[in-house]
Amino acid sequence: MTVGGGSVLGIPPSSEGYVLEARGLTKRYGSVIANKEVQFGVRRGEIVALLGENGAGKTTLMNMLFGMTAPDAGSVLIDGGPVRLQSPRDALALGIGMVHQHFMLVPPFTVAENIALGVEPSRRGILDLSDLEAQITALGRRFGIDIDPRALVKDLSVGQQQRVEIIKALYRGARVLILDEPTAVLTPQEADDLFKVLRGLAHEGTGIVFISHKLREVLDVAHRIVVMRRGAVAGEVLPRDATPESLASLMVGRDVLLRVEKAPSVPGNPVIVVRELVVNDDRRVRAVDGVSLSVRTGEIVGVAGVQGNGQTELVEAITGLRATQSGSLHLGERDLTRATVRERTDAGLAHIPEDRQRHGLVLPFTVAQNMILNRYYRLPFSRWMVMQAKAMRDQARDLVGRFDVRPANPEARVGSLSGGNKQKVIIARELSRDVRALVASQPTRGVDVGSVVFIHGALIAARDAGAAVLLVSAELDELLAVSDRILVMFRGRIVGEVEAATATREEIGLLMAGGVGRVIVPATN
Amino acid sequence: MTQAVRARLIGGLIPSLAIVTALLIGGVIIWASGPRIDGPWFGIWFVVEAYQALIEGAFGSRAATIDTVLRMVPYVFTGLAVMVGFRGGMFNIGAEGQLAVGALASAWVGFTVTSLPLVIHLPLVLLTGCLAGAIWGGIAGLLKARTGAHEVITTIMLNYVGGQLAAYLLNGVLRDRSPLNVIAQTPKVAETARLPDLVPGLHSGVILVIGVAVLVWFVLWKTTTGFELRMVGINPDAASYAGVNVVRRMTWAMGVSGMLAGLAGAVQVAGVNYRSTLGFNVGYGFDSIAIALLGRNTVSGVVLSSILFAALRTGATKLQFRTQISTDIISVIQALVLLMIAADQIIRWIYRIGPAQTEADPVAASTAPVADSESGR
Repeated sequence: MTVGGGSVLGIPPSSEGYVLEARGLTKRYGSVIANKEVQFGVRRGEIVALLGENGAGKTTLMNMLFGMTAPDAGSVLIDGGPVRLQSPRDALALGIGMVHQHFMLVPPFTVAENIALGVEPSRRGILDLSDLEAQITALGRRFGIDIDPRALVKDLSVGQQQRVEIIKALYRGARVLILDEPTAVLTPQEADDLFKVLRGLAHEGTGIVFISHKLREVLDVAHRIVVMRRGAVAGEVLPRDATPESLASLMVGRDVLLRVEKAPSVPGNPVIVVRELVVNDDRRVRAVDGVSLSVRTGEIVGVAGVQGNGQTELVEAITGLRATQSGSLHLGERDLTRATVRERTDAGLAHIPEDRQRHGLVLPFTVAQNMILNRYYRLPFSRWMVMQAKAMRDQARDLVGRFDVRPANPEARVGSLSGGNKQKVIIARELSRDVRALVASQPTRGVDVGSVVFIHGALIAARDAGAAVLLVSAELDELLAVSDRILVMFRGRIVGEVEAATATREEIGLLMAGGVGRVIVPATN
Repeated sequence: MTQAVRARLIGGLIPSLAIVTALLIGGVIIWASGPRIDGPWFGIWFVVEAYQALIEGAFGSRAATIDTVLRMVPYVFTGLAVMVGFRGGMFNIGAEGQLAVGALASAWVGFTVTSLPLVIHLPLVLLTGCLAGAIWGGIAGLLKARTGAHEVITTIMLNYVGGQLAAYLLNGVLRDRSPLNVIAQTPKVAETARLPDLVPGLHSGVILVIGVAVLVWFVLWKTTTGFELRMVGINPDAASYAGVNVVRRMTWAMGVSGMLAGLAGAVQVAGVNYRSTLGFNVGYGFDSIAIALLGRNTVSGVVLSSILFAALRTGATKLQFRTQISTDIISVIQALVLLMIAADQIIRWIYRIGPAQTEADPVAASTAPVADSESGR
């Protein structure tokens, strides 16, 4: 395992030299203990990964360290001295910066204007950004962050916007930077770039707290890994002593099988058949440029590609959320090219959408209501247009148990569930009916390890039950583990196809970047 | 479940506190505009006296109570209208215009048709009002569906069109031609087009309004149509994912919203005025927005808010008579209530109530189009 900043690793875990430290922090919400006597600290120039499943208490801890929540017991120390953080403003003043998962930026403003927000430099009451722009460029040069201070934030990619957030914190004098799941929104390439930036920051002396539940990247970037489970620190390890398996079992509290167990696929007749599909994106630019593919019963076909190469539009066209320009889509023998979403659903097409909060769920509705979101109009859930509350409840109670949704309360509002459990609600809904074909888009994005294992198992179970599964994912590991074949998309076209069993990350990575690869044409297609 | 119960309690808490706070501030204004007599006790006595007059004016006698109920009826209809729009993600500012065309159309059917029995004529009058309102609201819905024109803009403009149309018709073809008439109004509707009295002075539209309120509740919360409507209102993307025809459902919401407002106009014609008069029944449409918001877009909330608004309006006369305070104080109190509902942070801050749990808060979601242009698409 590669490790940077080696000198830090020699020091055994003790409170010696912490810039920011949590000592015995406890926080209760009603009867739930969100944090229980948590000990945690970060030194100068150190990257500490805070690892844990959703609901393990990482966010609560960070909120206390950033002054957003007051602890019930324990104290926060800065440079060894206890402080009382009443608000993020206090934390910022003491040199603690935070990059939230959802960026706090004003899209139509420039980078400099965003950074100036709240601390606007002015000359005789008139806003003057010229010095600031120079400072941003200087900061960027010092930390190796390339950013144009005059660019509009809305024109930047997600990765670049994240850097604006980082510069914003640095500009305000952050000595400790807390990043809440920073890679959840990034492509693998962007994530690598971010790690470079983080290493540079650490080298310059910034302490970094890096929240994540992705094992590979934690092992890659952290100097020290603190694992949380059920509100308490479950363990602290150095990357060289850890493996993904050991970390996962620390997180979950039991041994976790990370490798996906599956039998070889036994493909049958083609079910999803796409021919020469052309789809435009929201700006009416051609996003899918003549894609043909077919998915047979009993196989999982993965779609790899750097985000923004037409995968989203392809999925939306197949599932009926986006109009196609030309080409055709068949489900078995049936032509669904012009079919409505409902006709597709009724024909046996299931869809796990990329953005589960936006498309997949109605957050203020209950779990039970969300479980019938696209079936409410059918028996037994409605009769003569009157909703049948009992049928809805019975089905929800059954699915909540079968798909291990927590809390197991059908009347809970879906918005109050964790990301992994929200996804389980969608999967329960989509896989609990007669499914001929399943289109799953980023099914494990932002989901904890335990749920990832469960979701992969569910996809394979659907395959083994005879469904044709199309899996679009930004995670190469996931595609390699779960799929039977992998198609690679680049600039709206399918540029290669590989057998998952024999393909390598490098090979797919090359295709994703637009390189030419070998193309295997399956025997039966 | 405790969480749900708590959310519901807080849900009712904020409007109640808003009303109490508005009345307290109103009390200060009453005190300040009252006579200058020394001694702090006189000021307090004066404010108590004023509010006592207000309550007596609204409920102090049989006639007063009937008056309050009569005012409540159009408030409930239009409040429900705005609420249905909100629940479907549409901000209907046009209840005022929809009520006007509803009144106009029902009056027309009421005085031109004369040879039908009551059991046919009266429903026909009411349905005509519904239809006119539905068309008026539906135009805004269709414009939104076809062209994306925002319903706030189109309904405001349709209010003007409706008002001018009424002025034109009431001065023209629909005007009462009898030599004694000097104002812009229709002739009186036929006896068969009038809602019979329940008790002397109180028309049976009260029964109708209760029935419609129950029906709206049933449709919104117990039928697939209501499920779709609420889905579209909260998250149109998820609704289209679930196979709902979002555009059609939004148009429908505007149509039904207009229908309820049109029915308000028809009931005023058939139960109170017996004709359509230019400048009558003005203001219900705009007050109804406040009523829907104060009622947190629930049927029971709309009914309670309507009773409150009706009582304030009815009691105002007695308040003025006894204390010489202008009835405009009622507008001030209503405005304060609305202000504190719209900016509920004020109430949360004054009474130290925790932040809104937006996800568990049906109103935060249903009023989203007001604050959040993104979900108002």
